Amino acid sequence: MSPKTLYDKIWDAHLAHEADDGTCLLYIDRHLVHEVTSPQAFEGLRMTGRTVRAPDKTIAVPDHNVPTTLDRANAATMTEDSRIQVEALDKNAKEFGIHYYPVSDVRQGIVHIVGPEQGWTLPGMTVVCGDSHTATHGAFGALAHGIGTSEVEHVLATQTLIQKKSKNMKVEITGKLRPGVTAKDITLSVIGETGTAGGTGYVIEYCGEAIRDLSMEGRMTVCNMAIEGGARAGLIAPDEKTYEYCMGRPHAPKGAQWEAAMDWWKTLYSDDDAHWDKVLTIKGEDIAPVVTWGTSPEDVLPITAKVPAASDFTGGKVDAAQRSLDYMGLTAGTPLSEVEIDTVFIGSCTNGRIEDLRAAAAILKGKKKKDGIRAMVVPGSGLVRAQAEEEGLSDIFIEAGFEWRLAGCSMCLAMNPDQLAPGERCAATSNRNFEGRQGRGGRTHLMSPAMAAAAAITGKLTDVRDMM
Amino acid sequence: MKEFTTLTGIAAPMPLINIDTDMIIPKQFLKTIKRSGLGVNLFDEMRYDDDRNEIPDFVLNKPQYREAQILVAGDNFGCGSSREHAPWAIADFGITCIIAPSYADIFYNNCFKNGILPIALPQEQIDVLMKDAEKGANARMSIDLEAQTVTTSDGEVFSFEVDSFKKHCLMNGLDDIGLTMEKAASIEAFEATASQSRPWV
Repeated sequence: MSPKTLYDKIWDAHLAHEADDGTCLLYIDRHLVHEVTSPQAFEGLRMTGRTVRAPDKTIAVPDHNVPTTLDRANAATMTEDSRIQVEALDKNAKEFGIHYYPVSDVRQGIVHIVGPEQGWTLPGMTVVCGDSHTATHGAFGALAHGIGTSEVEHVLATQTLIQKKSKNMKVEITGKLRPGVTAKDITLSVIGETGTAGGTGYVIEYCGEAIRDLSMEGRMTVCNMAIEGGARAGLIAPDEKTYEYCMGRPHAPKGAQWEAAMDWWKTLYSDDDAHWDKVLTIKGEDIAPVVTWGTSPEDVLPITAKVPAASDFTGGKVDAAQRSLDYMGLTAGTPLSEVEIDTVFIGSCTNGRIEDLRAAAAILKGKKKKDGIRAMVVPGSGLVRAQAEEEGLSDIFIEAGFEWRLAGCSMCLAMNPDQLAPGERCAATSNRNFEGRQGRGGRTHLMSPAMAAAAAITGKLTDVRDMM
Repeated sequence: MKEFTTLTGIAAPMPLINIDTDMIIPKQFLKTIKRSGLGVNLFDEMRYDDDRNEIPDFVLNKPQYREAQILVAGDNFGCGSSREHAPWAIADFGITCIIAPSYADIFYNNCFKNGILPIALPQEQIDVLMKDAEKGANARMSIDLEAQTVTTSDGEVFSFEVDSFKKHCLMNGLDDIGLTMEKAASIEAFEATASQSRPWV
């Protein structure tokens, strides 16, 4: 048998049909659904008299529109159009008989945090969602990617997706990370290296000692941003950490089924002599705590660097960099550690898990945010929130002057009341720094939870290593 | 879906790389439960000021490009989120063809589901097309999907590649779901096998 990559193996195991021209029907094991990209798909089913083919493999949770303030049970906290979208999901979930975690359920949260938490996401699966950060689930060695609403409708109706196979890319992070360097710094550094289109046409498998050393939560952070590098999906081969994470989760297999699953999961790795279409290797020790300076996730620099000049770039990036600098209100040559911020946002599907909150709390313990800084922690799910309260993390945040919120996408994309005002500058643990992403005219600097916590204390972009 | 065969129309130049989905349709317009009506908000934050007045410098606000049906843009067009609201807004505005050096994966696929043809060409050819688009409303570009060609207003012809299945569906306005349902037997067979080999799924 010819050697295969992990991606090849998962692909082959889900191929339901292959046409002569190479167009394939890929079977989908888990379909995650949220309120923003699904209403038109359910409406399409209704108009054509179609049903959901596999409601038991379909899981819905509202997250994008949901307010995260403690008074959110009051309907007035939502705008009318947001409320209509959430109500549409309530109605569609009920009518089509799919699994559902409504806002009132303690398990509600960001779809990419709820899926793994509830054991819906398992190694070797195909997972899709009408959301680009579906890449997150690749951390389990599941082939997971975002799809558009037409494809959501296609999966609802047929439980398959029309696909052509992507190419294989290996991203290896060798050796150990230095203190203060996290999964977020890995994933941002990879994008800084490849650019936001460097992964286009590929499925990336992350490997190497520094990746193996990461917890499942760190691996989710890495895979989450594979899409920011343009890749269709990011993958990490399952190992003991993966099995341990999955075991005992509500929807993970039990007993003999668990044993059978393990037998298969243990075959899910890239063969030694598998073919890679592209390879990138980064030394773990070369990765520094990083921040973004511009309006593309590829605009990554170590916190010790200075704001670049447009003339440092070539081609179309010269104009784009100038546009970014103008938008961000930054002057070339300014040390990044002197850039003052107004807001700190800790949360999102990238960094809204318990370990992220622990990392931020470790920096904030016994300290206060700088006066005038608006700071919030938004747990990724109701269960993350409960766990953080049990561990006393919420007390640390509250004592440091942070708002302690309910679960949702919050300020990552500002489809809810959490937004930046024009010109406001935010240290954010989310995934996109696009123009207007966190609110019209808002300025986003992406970084790790520990770095965001450090920024809250000093009021400017800060090297977390100075606080350790 | 509306079919796409040929198109002759005005091309608007947007020589910017990494035009992302938040630029194409900002998140505040994703709160609709319909597919239509988003054209007025296409490129909203670049197109209107805080008081909802048009920003005259923005290309689609210029008199010569208000009726544009083609967009010529920079590398990595449509990067960012999976929101199909992006192609919905583009199509609703009246643009049914985009020409750029490259596209983000999800956006590219979404275009074909909405009667939009995204054409990828090398940067040197994009440079020629960008100059042609900058001539304004009198310079009309032509697209022929069957022949897989773009013709400038000067008659210069560039050939492009497109996946044969996607081309077939776009030219005939075919509904993917209907096509897949014709393969129901294959899906059922797959499910029967998988329920034995991976019963935990």
